[in-house]
Amino acid sequence: MSIVQKIGQTVMKKAAELAPDAWLPGGKPDPLIEHRPALIGAPESRLDGPQKVRGEARFAAEYALDGMVYAALFYSNVPKGRIASIDTSAAEASPGVVLVMTHRNAPPMKPMPLFMTQPKATGGNDLPIFQDDEIHWNGQPIALVLAQTQEQADYASSLILATYLAEPSVTSLSAAKAKGTTPGLFQGEPLKLEIGDAEAALLAAPHRVDSVYRTPRHNHNAIELHAATVFWSDDELTVHDASQGVAHTAWSIAQVFDLKEEQVHVKSPFVGGGFGGKTLWAHQILAAAASKLAGLPVRLVLSREGVYRVVGGRTTTEQRVALGAQSDGTFDALIHTGFVAMTAHNALPEPFILPARCTYAAGSFKLDVEVATVDMLANTFMRAPGESVGSFALESAVDELAEQIGIDPIELRIRNEPEKDPTTGRPHSSRNLVEAYRSGAEKFGWGERNSAPRSRQEGEWLVGMGCATATYPYHRMPGGAARMTLSKDGRVHVEIAAHEMGMGTSTAQTQVIAARLGLPMDHVTFAYGESSMPGMVLAGGSQQTASIGSTIIAANRALVTELLKLTSHDSPLHGLDPDDVIGRDGGLCKIDEPERFESYATLLGRTETGELTVEASAPPPLEAQHWSMHSFGAMFCEVRVNSVTGEVRISRFLGSFDCGRIINAKTAASQFQGGIIMGIGLALMEETQFDERNGRIMNPSLAEYHVPVHMDVPEIDILWTDIPDPHAPMGARGVGEIGITGTAAAIANAIYNACGKRVRDLPITLDKLID
Amino acid sequence: MPQTLSINGTDVPLPDDPRVSLLDLLRDHLQLAGVKKGCNQGACGACTVLLDGKERILSCMALAVQYEGRKVTSIEGLAANGTLHPLQQAFIDHDGFQCGYCTPGQICSSIGMVEELRRGVPSHVTDDLSAETIAFSREEIQERMSGNLCRCGAYNGIIAAISETHAKAVR
Amino acid sequence: MNPFTYARAADVDDAVQLAAGSQAKYLGGGTNLVDLLRETLERPTALVDVTGLPSAIEERSDGSLLIGAAATNTAVAEHHSVRTRFPMLTRAISAGASAQIRNMATVGGNILQRTRCNYFYDHAGSRCNKRSPGQGCDAIEGANRNHAILGGSPSCVATHPSDMCVALVALGAVVHLQSTRGTRTLPLTDLHRLPETSPDQETFLKPGELITAVEIPALPFASDSTYRKVRDRASYAFALISVAAAIDVKDDIIQDVRLAFGGVAPKPWRAWNAEAALKGKPATLENFCVAAEAELSDASPLRDNGFKVALTNRTMVAVLDALVREKNGGSNP
Repeated sequence: MSIVQKIGQTVMKKAAELAPDAWLPGGKPDPLIEHRPALIGAPESRLDGPQKVRGEARFAAEYALDGMVYAALFYSNVPKGRIASIDTSAAEASPGVVLVMTHRNAPPMKPMPLFMTQPKATGGNDLPIFQDDEIHWNGQPIALVLAQTQEQADYASSLILATYLAEPSVTSLSAAKAKGTTPGLFQGEPLKLEIGDAEAALLAAPHRVDSVYRTPRHNHNAIELHAATVFWSDDELTVHDASQGVAHTAWSIAQVFDLKEEQVHVKSPFVGGGFGGKTLWAHQILAAAASKLAGLPVRLVLSREGVYRVVGGRTTTEQRVALGAQSDGTFDALIHTGFVAMTAHNALPEPFILPARCTYAAGSFKLDVEVATVDMLANTFMRAPGESVGSFALESAVDELAEQIGIDPIELRIRNEPEKDPTTGRPHSSRNLVEAYRSGAEKFGWGERNSAPRSRQEGEWLVGMGCATATYPYHRMPGGAARMTLSKDGRVHVEIAAHEMGMGTSTAQTQVIAARLGLPMDHVTFAYGESSMPGMVLAGGSQQTASIGSTIIAANRALVTELLKLTSHDSPLHGLDPDDVIGRDGGLCKIDEPERFESYATLLGRTETGELTVEASAPPPLEAQHWSMHSFGAMFCEVRVNSVTGEVRISRFLGSFDCGRIINAKTAASQFQGGIIMGIGLALMEETQFDERNGRIMNPSLAEYHVPVHMDVPEIDILWTDIPDPHAPMGARGVGEIGITGTAAAIANAIYNACGKRVRDLPITLDKLID
Repeated sequence: MPQTLSINGTDVPLPDDPRVSLLDLLRDHLQLAGVKKGCNQGACGACTVLLDGKERILSCMALAVQYEGRKVTSIEGLAANGTLHPLQQAFIDHDGFQCGYCTPGQICSSIGMVEELRRGVPSHVTDDLSAETIAFSREEIQERMSGNLCRCGAYNGIIAAISETHAKAVR
Repeated sequence: MNPFTYARAADVDDAVQLAAGSQAKYLGGGTNLVDLLRETLERPTALVDVTGLPSAIEERSDGSLLIGAAATNTAVAEHHSVRTRFPMLTRAISAGASAQIRNMATVGGNILQRTRCNYFYDHAGSRCNKRSPGQGCDAIEGANRNHAILGGSPSCVATHPSDMCVALVALGAVVHLQSTRGTRTLPLTDLHRLPETSPDQETFLKPGELITAVEIPALPFASDSTYRKVRDRASYAFALISVAAAIDVKDDIIQDVRLAFGGVAPKPWRAWNAEAALKGKPATLENFCVAAEAELSDASPLRDNGFKVALTNRTMVAVLDALVREKNGGSNP
């Protein structure tokens, strides 16, 4: 159980008594599900679009402060050991240099609180930062230069000389495995599950597949470089950050510098892509420490190489998937086990077994993630941690089994569709994967597929089709809170410490708030991205929509309660309960008697100030304790494999999703497509290359780490069921991460269908496809 | 007489330090932060600006001093009198971005690309190199825009925005 | 970047004077040099900007083409004579980098661009004989998927990254050079050095020598030539391997042929052995395979790049086959 869940549970019983709601059995679903206003699902353009296309959206490195100096970092080149000497004299004497900071002169700082160890902890590791001479990974920053210009800082940092007392290190998964492994713990729970005797069932099954799949390290590679522009005024620290968790970051930085949370102000109105990488790493801490030491505002922008050296990515995995099945395809055994590389001082063993826990019914299960410990940069969350790489292995194996049995891979999946959660036994809140497959298959033309590999060739190109299941859970983390101010002119202003890093948060939430209050969108302002605002709403786990949604429900309820208290006998709303009314046309009405209506102007006319402000917190996320809540998708891919060179081109892709109700058809489609495109990268080209001799990242560059370019990406067709989840706010389950899941397997399966080669090691580069 | 270059119609002095890139001149010295730094190594296209209003270049690989006397247009120079350039509007309409960070580079690059197509510059996917005119196809746009990475994956929207703007202009 | 002075050359004489007697580098479009400066892999004390020098593309009476070294890659690729008479050059240039980079990069700069070897770039963490002579090479036993299978040495296995140069060496281009000591010409095939024991010496240029122009001799059968690049994504990536080819077939017999490879060697690789194996032979698939084998039998693959041997072989055969088919209206005997 996660720390957040534990904290949630301590207050749960009381909360449940105090606030019965849609999140418990017997509670009423969100009224927006039944009374669906036109704004819900509307393809509204992004409200911040004009700012972004004009180049007026300000990112973390784009605040110019008086007297600001620029930082550059110097990194270690050994994986483990101690700094024997570090000569900074030439750097200090270099023109424009204000300060050189190392462990010798850095202010005292505590380690960052490690992610998932406390509710607001968001550090990528909990190693000391510039407090001692120890080296923990190859590329660890060990010196920082401040200078009047970036050019001066960069040059001076190149003059630093360091020597090391190197110690033996473990810098490959194979070496780490050889030293022994430990069970993976994710959010405090072991990543281990056994139901029945799966190995025996596998051996007894008439059909079985049993293979090992490998995935390499990955980096998020948001195009915006990580940056922090910081200044101190007295004991208050302000950080212009690129952050997926402003409240978390403020609290965590406060722990490092021994401050109160309120003394740290983290501002991040725009984030140039996150994908799990824009949390707290050493650079924000170093910028703040250097600023403190120099007494000047500091801008620290990591170079692209710096991002690779300082910010962790997804770790490498080695996964065994074994499936045992009857001749009709029914699974007797589902085994998904394997190894991940992880560092000490880290809490994320890539949980690749998550898809296997919820996707298929099976007679027996054996799921296990074992951790092999390496001396490298800490790995971290990257888009759909676990599901992205886990679904590659599982869904490839299902395809292999389908071929062996001689059954259509969609049919095989349908035959193993569970009636309830296969490993927890909980009822599904809403599960429509089969419908997603049917509609996707029809639109894609799956019926045209010839199941025999190499059966379609156009010139040099072998053409094939594949499919796979996408899956990602519904999450709603505790801590959602909002401040909501409604004024007599029918305008509402909402503040939540939430984030916009491309998901369209403010646009979708403005739609939801407008729909809930019965206001036009241009009467709603949604403020976010500052730690001083209420709530701790992580932009992660595809949970912002649900988290903010439930918070708005709570705030709206508080607002309506107050408004109803203001009514007297002459009001058509007098005496009604908050649950009896709903917003429409700039006021409130009784749900089943819409003519009993009063405008917000009239309601607020009864106040002295003409406006009303409420603060409210979301109730604890109990829904996921009662139901199995997962989104699913059916992914379809057509690839062309060049018979001469092995080059792969994706010619068509379709994703058919069951993610509950879609809030904004335009931005949701973009989220799905974006996830799929990252999945194309995962499948075909992405790899953080390490030199296994010393753990050094060898391609810290967008020229050498390939992400998909325009030419790699076909038109991507997106469908969704739009079936609301009765137990989620607005009926919506979140769409940010599911697109990357299933995609790599759909591609690998299509490649097999095209050319008859089964590649189980990502990325599927052309050398793995030529003879 | 100070040596200058023109940025969005305004003459600005060249930096004293020849190491200053055109990108850093814009972002750090002139506070024109619409132009973005994504890699500083010529590998992402986020820093794309226009020379003489039509030739797309990477400002990160350009030393500012090299552009003395040249006219540089950044994203800030595209919207005339506050009205969005048609491509800017099309990017909004077709959701040709998510986080918005690569967007200024994508838009400047699109404008340069259309000029190149108009001029008949062939690309890697052009079949007939002897042809005077090049058909405006999806594949041609994809190839020609491949120097602009978008990690959010807004590629479909970008292509749609460019295609629609081009179709309107031709009409 | 280390500090440097900057001067813009008014003409070629001015440029070579400005560069004489100092740690100067000529600066073209900057698309490689600025990156190398930023990485401190190049540390000149002076930059001489040569982008204002001759960039015209001149068709001469003997059928040759003279390209000013300051011509941009785009200008060469879009030039009508290049497109129609030497299409492999347009194809090679447009397969390289991105449009923005091609708009900036000059012909001279493209020729002198340096390797993309990750170990060469990792000045702070890896050994490299090219960067620091005698230091050792971490690539030879490291991650070397992108490295050379031909022409490497125990000192260095880095590849030359240019696409344009592969077409130029196939076309027999000649480089015009000038320094304070005068002018000379050099076949492009003889400009880049193989690493042998001194991989830091990348060319046979003399100190201060400037590339002023590139001459492409007349080659009538090059009008049907082509360039095929194989890479890890569909665009904007360096070549894993590439093949530039032109073939002249009469009565099914190969009269002449030009072949060069990219991505496989420390220099743009003219496939002399393959060419020799083909001349005078029937233009058959079998002979194409024999010729590829003749060129690649000396290949020395490393841990991660063995696939390049087969890939180059297959690509070369396919390219020649396609050229012959095209001429024969779709069939090859």
